[in-house]
Amino acid sequence: MAIDMMKKVPVREQDPKVRATNFEEVCLGYDVKEAQDEASRCLNCKNPKCVEGCPVSIDIPGFIQEVKNARFEKAAEIISRSSALPAVCGRVCPQESQCEGKCIRGIKGESVSIGKLERFVADWARESGIKPKVDAPKKNKKVAVIGSGPSGLTCAGDLAKMGYDVTVFEALHKAGGVLVYGIPEFRLPKDKVVEPEVDNVRALGVKIETDVVIGKSTTIDALLEEEGFDAVYVGSGAGLPKFMGIPGEQALGVYSANEFLTRNNLMKAYRDDYDTPIARGKKVVVVGGGNVAMDAARTALRLGGEVHVVYRRSEQELPARVEEVHHAKEEGIIFDLLQNPVEILENEDGWVRGIRVIKMELGEPDESGRRRPVEIPGSEYEIECDTVIMSLGTSPNPLIPSTTKGLDTNRRKCIVADEATGSTSKAGVYAGGDAVTGAATVILAMGAGRAAAKGIDEYLSGKSE
Amino acid sequence: MFRIVKSEMLCENISQIVVEAPRIAHTCEPGQFVIVRADETAERIPLTISDYDREAGTVTITIQIIGLSSMKIAKFQTGDFLADVTGPLGQPSEFVNEDIEEVRKRNYLFVGGGLGTAPVYPQVKWCKEHGVPFDVVIGTKSKSTLIMEKEFTEVGGEHYFLTTDDGSYKHKGMVTSVMEELIAEGRHYDVCVAIGPMIMMKFAAKTALAAGIHTIVSMNPIMVDGTGMCGACRLMVGGEVKFACVDGPEFDASLVDFDGAMKRMSLYKTEEGRAYLAAKEGDTHKGNCGNCD
Repeated sequence: MAIDMMKKVPVREQDPKVRATNFEEVCLGYDVKEAQDEASRCLNCKNPKCVEGCPVSIDIPGFIQEVKNARFEKAAEIISRSSALPAVCGRVCPQESQCEGKCIRGIKGESVSIGKLERFVADWARESGIKPKVDAPKKNKKVAVIGSGPSGLTCAGDLAKMGYDVTVFEALHKAGGVLVYGIPEFRLPKDKVVEPEVDNVRALGVKIETDVVIGKSTTIDALLEEEGFDAVYVGSGAGLPKFMGIPGEQALGVYSANEFLTRNNLMKAYRDDYDTPIARGKKVVVVGGGNVAMDAARTALRLGGEVHVVYRRSEQELPARVEEVHHAKEEGIIFDLLQNPVEILENEDGWVRGIRVIKMELGEPDESGRRRPVEIPGSEYEIECDTVIMSLGTSPNPLIPSTTKGLDTNRRKCIVADEATGSTSKAGVYAGGDAVTGAATVILAMGAGRAAAKGIDEYLSGKSE
Repeated sequence: MFRIVKSEMLCENISQIVVEAPRIAHTCEPGQFVIVRADETAERIPLTISDYDREAGTVTITIQIIGLSSMKIAKFQTGDFLADVTGPLGQPSEFVNEDIEEVRKRNYLFVGGGLGTAPVYPQVKWCKEHGVPFDVVIGTKSKSTLIMEKEFTEVGGEHYFLTTDDGSYKHKGMVTSVMEELIAEGRHYDVCVAIGPMIMMKFAAKTALAAGIHTIVSMNPIMVDGTGMCGACRLMVGGEVKFACVDGPEFDASLVDFDGAMKRMSLYKTEEGRAYLAAKEGDTHKGNCGNCD
């Protein structure tokens, strides 16, 4: 069959009805034939816009040409020059607003499916047992990386490739940060995808020490002054979950999305062989409209609930990726838009029995440029439910700034860091990712980790002279 | 992996474990806790630190066996390994970071109930070592459930007061009755630190506050990560949402909403609560969560 150059080669997915009851991956990815067909749609532009759209500047046309010619190992090598976590990025990057958003094919038809091709190459490399190589001479300088999420792993991987002696400190018992505790199995398989990518970073010589909470188990000052580290990168991620401050939020059955997802993803509550429990809500209300809200909603659905997403603006303003909203709808998530909770109702046992919401309408645009939701007086009503998941974002964790001398934070309590180099107000300390920007995406955090690795290299190279 | 240097049963259902955790032993202070995961499939359980040895690089944790999760940990023998011990978490006790001269001018009243006896110990020990005057009241159900008597006798001496609910050993009655007697004797206290079951802390705090004593309690709500990420441990303090893991675990008792906290806890700590949970959690309720302990 001839390929329609205007359209993406469709990717196979689990049937929505089937996948709504399991935690297996939704998207099945391309096979060799599909990948080569899709790769043949790439125009191999001389001045590739897609690369500009990539926060870590992967040579996209370069690797796609190799896919087209079935040189998959070469394709993997090209990607690995720029990204330590391609199997992750191929799955969770918002390609539509980055590389694919700039693709010339996208002007008249559909853009090239860059994300799915990246995923194909990364999966092929993993299944073929290909490991990244380091050939840089050892630099005899030690760098500590705080946090083993996407930002920290990228920074650590880049520095190891340059020859630095890198140790990553992770507070939880498992490396991966949000890739492990936050993003669900059905979007990002843990044993199949995340763990091997973390192992690839280890294969570069990076040491990962889990169960170390920087700011508690030890401090940045102690790492620099007592443990002989020459520089530190802070990629400690987002922090404390936000709540609305409405009555009833202390009721039993009210979770933050972080707790709900951590129980299920990190602690594997959905599996019989793990001890951690989770509420299997019969009727679940998720408050919020971001990617995390979609993850929480789709997880609750798989645990057997009827799930409603309550969001105060309209569908157009949903901050979640279009693909996630689409998947959620396909699976049967109900969207109650233009409504905002005013109270969580409890039964006599203190457990959630419902949530009272007020309807909203869109008024004038606010400072974010989105139309401001305004309450419609007298429109309050109750939604019956037994579980409420608050997915309203996070505020920065004060652990590191409050225990590090001379590390400045801004009004929002985020660490202040230079975008180009990651440098902070404290010499030798660099930062990036959610700890600096507030909650953002995996790939932006990776971009910041990569920039900081360069910044740290410049700093340490200068220092030795 | 964290090697267990010593594991022993202190009484029928309380086990004490000394574990190698050099980073924690190096930096921990009285008032802080650790998160323990027994093995790969176990829950993360918050446990208060009941002693530490900076030179040996060990910390001591004390566990009450109620559910399977605590049983898992208690079963470990000397030489075995715990999968994870993370910490020290939470804020140290107030006095640790205050001007020691000011602290020495105060008289402290420590009150420990049941398992809460264990986390009181490092505080009392710290006061002894730093020359801070104190009395310590320990309460337990009966002689057979008493723990750490030797340690308290050593650091507390004549300032150590023991009471049993059933009168099987020493004084008979609740900790509050001893507190009342001490106060009635004319002893003056500037600060009271009460640690134990929620209901005991509520009434100990009531007694101390009524005597005009600044009172601190240590809250032990449900936690998952223990580092300020999940929000499971939130509680109302002075009308504000606080996270016990990063803001606490110790709080000004006059500001704590005990009834609200007890309601959240009741679910995990009572038979009816657990049955209720079993229904709510369906087959994800394995009946052995550490939070039922």
